Amino acid sequence: MPHDHHLKDPHTEQRLFRNRMLVAIVGVIALLGVLIARFYNLQVVDYDDYRTQSDDNRIQVRPVAPTRGLIYDRNGILLADNRASYNLSIVRERVKDLDATLELVGHLVRLGDGDVAKFRKRLRRRRPFEPVPLRFRLSEEEIARISVNQFRMPGVSVEAELVRYYALGDLFAHSVGYVGRISDRDLSNFTKEDVRLYRGTRSIGKVGLERSYEKTLLGEVGYENVEINARGRVLRVLERQDPKPGADLTLHLDAHLQQVASDALGDRRGAVVAIDVNTGGVLAFVSKPSFDPNLFVTGISFADYRALSDSLDVPLFNRAVQGQYPPGSTLKPLMGLGGLEAGLITRETKIKDPGFYKLPNDPRLYRDHVRWGHGEKVDLIQAMAQSCDVYFWDMAHRWDIDGMHDMAAHFGLGSKTGIDLPMERSGLFPSRDWKRGARGMPWFPGDSLNAVLGQGFVLATPLQLAVMTATIANRGTHYRPQMVKTINGVEQPAEILHNLEAHPDNWDLVFEGMEAVVNRSYGTGKRAGKDLNFRVAGKSGTAQVVGIAQGARYDSEALQERHRDHALFVAFAPVDKPRIAVAVLVENGEAGGGVAAPVARELFAEWVPRPDTQENTAQKTRLSKGVDNG
Amino acid sequence: MASRDFSHRLSDAHGSLRKPVSLARRLHIDVPLLVLLLVLASVGLGVLYSASGGDMNYVRRQSIFMCLAFTGMFIVAQIPLDFYRRWSPWAYLGGCALLVGVLLFGTGAKGAQRWLEIAGFRFQPSEVMKLGVPMMVAAFLHQRAQPPSLVTVIGALAIVAVPAALIVRQPDLGTSILIAASGLFALYLAGLSWKMIGAAAMGLVVSAWPIWQWGLRDYQRQRILTLLNPHDDRFGAGWNIFNSKAAIGSGGVYGKGYLQGTQSQLDFLPESHTDFIIAVLAEEWGMRGVLLLLLLYVLVIARGIYISFMAQHLFGRLLAGSITLTFFVYVFVNIGMVTGLLPVVGVPLPIISYGGTSLITLMAGFGILMAVGTERRRVHF
Repeated sequence: MPHDHHLKDPHTEQRLFRNRMLVAIVGVIALLGVLIARFYNLQVVDYDDYRTQSDDNRIQVRPVAPTRGLIYDRNGILLADNRASYNLSIVRERVKDLDATLELVGHLVRLGDGDVAKFRKRLRRRRPFEPVPLRFRLSEEEIARISVNQFRMPGVSVEAELVRYYALGDLFAHSVGYVGRISDRDLSNFTKEDVRLYRGTRSIGKVGLERSYEKTLLGEVGYENVEINARGRVLRVLERQDPKPGADLTLHLDAHLQQVASDALGDRRGAVVAIDVNTGGVLAFVSKPSFDPNLFVTGISFADYRALSDSLDVPLFNRAVQGQYPPGSTLKPLMGLGGLEAGLITRETKIKDPGFYKLPNDPRLYRDHVRWGHGEKVDLIQAMAQSCDVYFWDMAHRWDIDGMHDMAAHFGLGSKTGIDLPMERSGLFPSRDWKRGARGMPWFPGDSLNAVLGQGFVLATPLQLAVMTATIANRGTHYRPQMVKTINGVEQPAEILHNLEAHPDNWDLVFEGMEAVVNRSYGTGKRAGKDLNFRVAGKSGTAQVVGIAQGARYDSEALQERHRDHALFVAFAPVDKPRIAVAVLVENGEAGGGVAAPVARELFAEWVPRPDTQENTAQKTRLSKGVDNG
Repeated sequence: MASRDFSHRLSDAHGSLRKPVSLARRLHIDVPLLVLLLVLASVGLGVLYSASGGDMNYVRRQSIFMCLAFTGMFIVAQIPLDFYRRWSPWAYLGGCALLVGVLLFGTGAKGAQRWLEIAGFRFQPSEVMKLGVPMMVAAFLHQRAQPPSLVTVIGALAIVAVPAALIVRQPDLGTSILIAASGLFALYLAGLSWKMIGAAAMGLVVSAWPIWQWGLRDYQRQRILTLLNPHDDRFGAGWNIFNSKAAIGSGGVYGKGYLQGTQSQLDFLPESHTDFIIAVLAEEWGMRGVLLLLLLYVLVIARGIYISFMAQHLFGRLLAGSITLTFFVYVFVNIGMVTGLLPVVGVPLPIISYGGTSLITLMAGFGILMAVGTERRRVHF
């Protein structure tokens, strides 16, 4: 080997090298020490912290939505069901180019502009790695098209979800109500506990029983501790706390009776409420026109909503609990009882009805609806059967308005009935105090004349009229009206709100009067009992929609259809052992006896012939033992 | 730790002269080094199997790379050291030419040009320079008096600077620094005066601010900032470090068990089978496993230092010393980077990380070590 050995000293060289290497070794040892110290720090000193971090990384708590409780009618017919619906969802983290993916999806399924905009809005408030729905209710064909093209769209998936389905459509829209997507407004009202309960749930009861029994139907959210990888894919379930499904509701409502009531009302606007006299259970609850609640479940389209909200017939308006109408002459039985109890009239009291009434010191003429009057000697029975206004005016003039108010209150007028439905209106029965407070005016004698006939300030909902009628049929036992009969099979107790003590003779007289309305030849409500082999008691009513100028003649032709009087009819049957009380309101139907009474008749024909079941009897005996005034 | 060990082995080596020449000697194989490398290679395959999520494809391909690399090592070991010394200028100049070629015609990804494509074969000239630079510096110094004069030092620095500058332009700061380090180690071991080393260190401190301001690219500055505060950007640039630290830390002393590491098995650890593979080992085997691996590395380094001590001539001594120290720097930089001590610069863990190119260069380096270690036998024959 040729080497340059000039000026080189191998031993010095080697010593120099070794010294240098020894210094380097010290450096290597020092750096190794740094590494070992680093591992000691990470793996021993901070072990707990990193252990937690690593668990946080891999374990995610996922909520498991409970299934919503079902709603049945009293015979077990399913009114609100849960059905699988297929949604198209996207996990943002798994999509490379969102716009391109959205366009591709748009070629495969029908996407409205609203869908994409709503999707982008949802995208902003979701949790990481959470599938965000883009389209709901995919058709079979759309599902097929997506699955075929799945490989081209990572992050896009079809997910099954249980959604509400209302099998009987519009028939129960105003009673059962509907659920809808949880909105920003719902969220802003949520308590911390609500936020917890609704994890994993996308819909909430919006109206009707779905709303008032929301917490019962919802159930309890469950949890899953799942192990996920960095791409958010669930690898396995480590621990699971099952959700508690919502409780099932069985209603007092009867689907057949409901159908009968709805058919009887036909295309007219109005409401029908039927109540089980012995429990306060609501047997039929119709508000017309109605709508298809299924439209709302996964989010109603703008066009559909516009059609419903802009309609002059206001189908979304729940006339049975929100509609406040002057009850008109349907108050006469109640007022008659009040007059009897107050000692203003007796069975023998007779008055002369010339067709008008005149207060002393007042030139104004109060005209009876029958211009020529009801005759020389009108007693209470006749006054009810023929709906003689003068008889009641005469009585009202002698009656204190506050006494009248208290009597009405016993029957539930002027305050909410307490039914288990949301958004109930209270109606109004005026008193001296009320008028001073609300109107700043004293009570005039003329006000009493209006009040006794259910006009003027008096307003009542169809439900209140049904409750009033049931209370009369019960001879004073006033039940809280109730939609729900059992929750998860547990009977909901009937609740007596009030027991009115009145003389049995007076009750008999009121019954007689109401019976006469339906059964006497001159009765205004004959059509309510037509061809029935049991006896019906009722009272017709007509409620003025617009005031009629003094002396002017009522001319229905000249008025717009919507200014015509509302037709009302309340009734119960059978008279000897009342089982069902019905209130019928037909908007602008003009004649209570002619238009509303036949509707009530259809309900009686359907309901009364049914055997009084053992269950009902058992309940009745239990209730009669447990009566106490709530 | 090692010096007494060396003197002990020294006498052994002398004693072996009298013994019959073993097969290993004849084949220019350093048995202790080979055994250590084989153990490391097996550990590497085992960790890789776990890091790749049980994908045998990775393990199979890496096994093939290892066979090629070990074969390369044997071939490199057969070549006389003098051949390397005489040819190192040509290798060095050729390497520089290739680096210029990379800048002119190179291909690459993510804004960096690091590869040359010749006849469909893609390779990275900077890999060649990992051995070419220390070889050239050693050959250059070998012909000059020790300790090196100022002129010699300037010459050596120039030899280091040219390829380093070319690689920085690719840009590949990490490789450039490692290659420069390998050349500087040779210069240091040759006896570069402490005054000069001190002056250089001072210069570095003084120029730190200008380098930060003008010498680094944005992403490089970002990496250093991320290092200082990884929590600031947990889901961005800090993601790797955050998760590798969680993996290592959660391994504790005893580890979660082989194939049981949640961070690595659930893909929270990016590049778990390449640069961040030690996090997998640390998570599954705990600190015990880490210390065992470090021990293996220390033994390899100790053997390399021993070989450099035994070398007959300056060229072999400097080359072996430089290769050994550079090997340690690789280990240190990789582990420092994964544990969050150093910025993420993309240095694989020697022999353990998945990848063929770096493995082949590395094993060629060990081939040269073996050639140095068995040089004396060649001289006698």
